[in-house]
Amino acid sequence: MNAQRRRALILSLALLALSVGALLFGLGIGSTGFQSVLAARHDPIALQIVWDIRLPRTLGAWLAGGLLGLAGAVAQGLFRNPLADPYLLGSASGASLGVAVALLLFGASPSTTQWVIRLGLTGAAFVGAVVAVLLTLALARGVQQTLRLLLAGVIVGVVLGAVKDLITIQSADILVALTGFMLGSTGLVGWSACALMAIFGASCLLLGWALAPVLDGLALGESTAASLGLPLGAMRAALVAVLALATGAAVAQTGLIAFVGLAAPHLVRSAVKTTHAWLLVLSALMGGLLLMTADLGARWFIAPQELPVGVLTAVLGGSYLLWLMHRRSLRGGA
Amino acid sequence: MKWFSRAAAACAVLLIHIAAAQAVQVTDERGIAVDLPRPPQRIVTLLPSLTEAVCEMGACARLVGVDRYSNSPDAVRALPQVGGGLDPNVEAIVALKPDAVLLAKSSRVTQRLESLGLKVLVLEPKNHADVQRVLAKLDEVLGTHEAPRVWRVIDASVSAAAQSVPPAARTLRIYFEVNNAPYAAGESSFIGETMARLGVRNIVPAALGPFPKLNPEYVVRANPDLIMVGERSAAGLEQRPGWAGIRAVREGRICRFTAAESDVLVRPGPRMGEAARLMAKCLSDKAP
Repeated sequence: MNAQRRRALILSLALLALSVGALLFGLGIGSTGFQSVLAARHDPIALQIVWDIRLPRTLGAWLAGGLLGLAGAVAQGLFRNPLADPYLLGSASGASLGVAVALLLFGASPSTTQWVIRLGLTGAAFVGAVVAVLLTLALARGVQQTLRLLLAGVIVGVVLGAVKDLITIQSADILVALTGFMLGSTGLVGWSACALMAIFGASCLLLGWALAPVLDGLALGESTAASLGLPLGAMRAALVAVLALATGAAVAQTGLIAFVGLAAPHLVRSAVKTTHAWLLVLSALMGGLLLMTADLGARWFIAPQELPVGVLTAVLGGSYLLWLMHRRSLRGGA
Repeated sequence: MKWFSRAAAACAVLLIHIAAAQAVQVTDERGIAVDLPRPPQRIVTLLPSLTEAVCEMGACARLVGVDRYSNSPDAVRALPQVGGGLDPNVEAIVALKPDAVLLAKSSRVTQRLESLGLKVLVLEPKNHADVQRVLAKLDEVLGTHEAPRVWRVIDASVSAAAQSVPPAARTLRIYFEVNNAPYAAGESSFIGETMARLGVRNIVPAALGPFPKLNPEYVVRANPDLIMVGERSAAGLEQRPGWAGIRAVREGRICRFTAAESDVLVRPGPRMGEAARLMAKCLSDKAP
């Protein structure tokens, strides 16, 4: 047990060190290349590029990835399903619907335009994501039955996605902006977005860490968890809240980024067997490192142009999962 | 000494007047007033129709960056590209040190650029009246007086194109396909407005909105006499179920526009006159 804890500690330190390295690396990568860093001392524009664009977007990618990794670990523990991901309760469709509605209302009339400007697309996405989860909870009549919750989440996701499609068909000119959101991008993250994500990330991580014993209990089965004497209903509700808020905060700032939430907990589990308290922290760190690395790649591969980071995480995460499944099936067959 | 101070005072007053005359406040399409201390000299546009408009007004030299899809006039092809509407590149835009960024209202980058201290103007022409209004706004922004002339040229070219349409073509009922989803250009779109000026009828009424997504069956029943479509989405048009019976397909009245021509046709900007000429040529070629 002690050896496992030491491994977890070493892994977390290694992930942190790699993240810091990637963060520093990220300062030098972008469409204007490394010379912006050299010129930053005397050129205010270069300083702005390094300090106000590259640093917050790299840090933002880490924070968003962390939020998604945390949400993924919570979802997989909560639903006792290794294929659960942060978007399971309808957050993704809700957020895209929020953005679609905001784009539709923008310019529809002066008063609605004012509203949209005040709320912003990020605000609309966050509201959409949270409302979708609330809808799922209402449909599932609470959090007692995991299967019901799962089904309700899938249904809400499909229905909200369809409503979003209806809206885009009505006004085709928002299609491009919406596609941009659905691909996911860390390019628009500024310091205020970083601060918001940091606040959400810290509180969600603390709450998740405090609730981790429930996840450990759930891993042994519902009845075992109940027999531990924990207030299961309330703690489950709190975990759903962590899942919804962490996902909503990440999605609002960066759009729909695939696979980070799904892959991060698996990566951690393949390296170390540990309790959920550690798993949550490690998944957050792993998710952060994953998305940050993907963001660096997105900026680097075809510089001075850039790839949508969501595409890159889908390709990387997807191939990792395929490999994982392949390895499992080999081991199962042997 | 006295005359000197008086002269200095007069100069100061004059300078303030010049400065006041140069500084402008422009209200963009969000209803937000943007202060421009002087007419911008380093402009980035993120919408092809705005790029074309700025160039048409003689300010092409003031452009320092454009979006990936801006390809006209030729002068802008040499400019740095700063991404597209899907994926604007914030860093590349800032690195160009623009003193004004012109973009479409659905662009996601607006807030981010403003928070970095750039002047952002949201201008997006969607129909003929919009184009005229956006041109006037650009005059305010650029400090030029070109809008009336540019609009007169567009208007005159559309009128000239209308006169070149043979009388026999005026009875034709047209289906203009924007892409093969299929999205059509309705009467209330700028393409529909141009068609109306050319004196032909559109099978898609204004009630359906500017660019409605149609059921292919709708087109079959409307039975248009002529189809205008871009080369890219024209492939397999005749093979769509039931379309072989449409009069335009039966009688071979389909105008396929090349990619470059399609760019001209689907951008509400200064090349609307050229678009009208392209449509008029199609009508003359295919007139019964």
